[in-house]
Amino acid sequence: MVRGPFQAALPRARCAGFLVIENVRQTYDGVEALRDVSLAVAPGEILCLLGASGCGKTTLLRLAAGVEAPSGGRILLDGVEVAGPTNFVPPEKRGVGLVFQDYALFPHMTVLENVMFGLRHLPQAQARELAMRGLARVALDHYADSYPQLLSGGEQQRVALARALAPRPSVILMDEPFSNLDQRLRESIREETMTLLREEGISAVVVTHDPEEAMHIADRIALMRKGEIVQTGTAEDLYFCPESLFAARFFCDLNELEAQAQGGEVITPLGTFAAPHIPDGPCVVCIRPQALLFDTDRGGIESTITARRFLGRVDRLRVKVPGIEQDVHARLRDARAFRPGQIVRLAVDARDVLVFPQRDHDKGKAGA
Amino acid sequence: MISLRTISARFANGTAGLPAVSLLVAALVAAPVISLAILAAKGSGDLWPHLAAYVLPQAISDTLLLLVGTGVLVIVIGTSAAWLVTAYEFPGRHFFQWALLLPLAMPTYIIAYAYLDLLHPIGPVQTALRAALGLSSPRDLILPDIRSMGGCILLFGFVLYPYVYFSTRAMFVMQMANLVEVGRTLGAGSLGIFLRVALPLARPAIAVGTSLALMDALNDIGASEFLGVRTMTVSIYSTWVNRSNLPGAAQIALIMLALVIALILIERFARRRQSYAGSTQRARRLVPERLRGVKALGAWLACALPIFIGFVAPALYLFVEALARLRFAGLSSSLLTQIGNTVLISALATIVSLALGLVLAFTARMMRNAVTDVILRVASLGYALPGTVLAIGLLGPLALMDDAIASVSELLTGRTTGLVMSASGVALIYAYVARFLTISTGNVESGLSRLSLSLDHAARTLGESAGGVSRRIHLPLISPALASAALLVFVDCMKELPATLLLRPLNFETLATHLYGEAARGTYEDGSIAALAIVLFGLLPMILLARTSRAPKKAGLHMPQREGVAHG
Repeated sequence: MVRGPFQAALPRARCAGFLVIENVRQTYDGVEALRDVSLAVAPGEILCLLGASGCGKTTLLRLAAGVEAPSGGRILLDGVEVAGPTNFVPPEKRGVGLVFQDYALFPHMTVLENVMFGLRHLPQAQARELAMRGLARVALDHYADSYPQLLSGGEQQRVALARALAPRPSVILMDEPFSNLDQRLRESIREETMTLLREEGISAVVVTHDPEEAMHIADRIALMRKGEIVQTGTAEDLYFCPESLFAARFFCDLNELEAQAQGGEVITPLGTFAAPHIPDGPCVVCIRPQALLFDTDRGGIESTITARRFLGRVDRLRVKVPGIEQDVHARLRDARAFRPGQIVRLAVDARDVLVFPQRDHDKGKAGA
Repeated sequence: MISLRTISARFANGTAGLPAVSLLVAALVAAPVISLAILAAKGSGDLWPHLAAYVLPQAISDTLLLLVGTGVLVIVIGTSAAWLVTAYEFPGRHFFQWALLLPLAMPTYIIAYAYLDLLHPIGPVQTALRAALGLSSPRDLILPDIRSMGGCILLFGFVLYPYVYFSTRAMFVMQMANLVEVGRTLGAGSLGIFLRVALPLARPAIAVGTSLALMDALNDIGASEFLGVRTMTVSIYSTWVNRSNLPGAAQIALIMLALVIALILIERFARRRQSYAGSTQRARRLVPERLRGVKALGAWLACALPIFIGFVAPALYLFVEALARLRFAGLSSSLLTQIGNTVLISALATIVSLALGLVLAFTARMMRNAVTDVILRVASLGYALPGTVLAIGLLGPLALMDDAIASVSELLTGRTTGLVMSASGVALIYAYVARFLTISTGNVESGLSRLSLSLDHAARTLGESAGGVSRRIHLPLISPALASAALLVFVDCMKELPATLLLRPLNFETLATHLYGEAARGTYEDGSIAALAIVLFGLLPMILLARTSRAPKKAGLHMPQREGVAHG
């Protein structure tokens, strides 16, 4: 027996859903969009699928929603297989909510009719009442009889959310839900949405390409690349302990220096750093821009400032370091005292340095 | 291991019947072509040497000459009119923008019919000329006869150029602004821009428009016959009807089909690099250059002339004649019957076309793959089949169906039936649907393509089945596209002449066949009311076109949509 959202005619107590993805593959015309992806979303958890465009994150979301069938692997919702070798539950029977980047509001229906769309199993009056309550929840009940085109982007986004939540899905899936909003609006809508989801205790999978956004909203982040999940963990895990150069680059603009590791150490023109688990041989030393310290009592390497740019919260400096071909860039608060041409003594905070063994596919960006 | 196809079939549950129906539709459209080949293979017996020696050479050369002449003329008139109203500002420009479409409302057989009478030695034009020149006898003023190849090309050019005008203008409006401005800064003058930038860029659009115009020319039966041009269509008709030689007609039809295929291949070749046309940066409208004085007058005349020759003069003539006829004889009851027949049969064909168009377009949206692609292609073949060719091809399948119906009826009731399909008008509806299905499929498809797939997916995750999504989301949202498809198919059915002539039930007259009969008998004035009625109905889609061409993204209403909708 497949559990659907509408088994009971009356709203049931919500139980947050439990989504498991096991060894899922997806191939389009011989091209692998997803290869062997496994992932679990705990009840009530908010998980972000993070990656560049074309990495397969949206495909994974669509497979979970059931609007596409996987080429291989299994998907389980609350322990029940909804997609597998012998089983496929269509989206209308899955009980998942889906929110799109373009919101996908039905233009020929009013806001209220949109929200009532998923409540057809209920008597009209009850559906209306529930939908109105949902709209009130996103503070849009006064727009119930308007058509969605008349609403602003942020309001449309909230209607889409209310519509997806109305049938009380066990999991809500959101595809770049905030990327069509301008930046100021985005932050406030994001906060509101996440507060709502946490209050409802609903499980959510949110697709985004923006690492900062992922850190803002996620309990856990799954970082994807070329159809695979490269690392899963909390924002801190991914930021401080990236397992690969790719993951490190995704969360930070790094100064990358090619060097040789030897005996758990690596020597660079900016100093010697510990590289305890790195095998001897070529490696990449990554220094975060904020790791560079200027004219402190720790001493340092004599270097020349080549450019400074004021960016508000921080200033960005370019520095010519002897022995490093390209300029090193640094971020510094209140750097107005520094001028291009000025000689400074540059030191490095070793806590913000990461070392990775060099792999072929990492080449090209090193030293940037 | 379960295949992807079965999974996607399960995903689209509730719509499993769609591909089956689509396949059936494609088979029904393909049937006439297959049957034609079989018929032609049987040979025409003794008549073939006669056909090969006396009929075919002239039919082929006349047809080719007509196509080349018409092609050149529609390109010249269509592109220059489109460029004038896009690139220049002059008095009347906004009026011309839509008025240049008017001749589309005038079927070729009606314009020929009108001009035969207008330019007759004792018709209004020559009479007025003689009066102006002070001549008394028609013999004193010998003008070139309109009943000639040259006259036919001229009339076809002035009535078919809007196909080229429409497709080219859409291209000029949407694609050109930046390129034209860059060209100007690089020192190209107005004419240089037109010849070196605009025309080459518009080549794909010109190819599409010209091929549509030529399909229409090839399809024509009335005009070429009235004007004494023995095209292949005319030869097919006379071989079948006058000589009662069906295999012979089928052989000519098969050669004509080869000509159609050649035409399509040429069109494909001419727009082989169409990709650059659709891929330019954000569309911006060209700011037109203001013309003054003689130049403005020249532009005005260049736009007014095609409208006058292609629409105003013949329409005015029909109006005057029809009015006189109504005063003299009133509206005859037979004409009312013909109007009723025309509307009924066209409406039925429209309903069937829309229903099948919906099935095909939904199939394409829900399960686009190589198989459904082929099905769609085949199902839209009919538009390329000239009416006479289609009619001959349909005879075989229709006879088979009649036989089947008769044997079933004999089995059930003990009595045989007659030729149910042919005698009931079902044959006619079959022909109309086969020919105009592309219009409804194309309109529904382009309507659907504007609906983001995320609407479908949102509805599905909110608990709606695939069929329910079509009913509750797609249908309401594409109703404008459906309405315009209905209008276009209806009017095309009303105007259809060649297939109607050959497939109508005995003693069943539509406005078009009535007009053809009157013209064939030489009793022109009796046909004027029918002709006027057809033109008036034909104006309806013109109004639609004029309205939508303000937003040229919706262009292609009358154009068969040969390209599929990209899978989102």
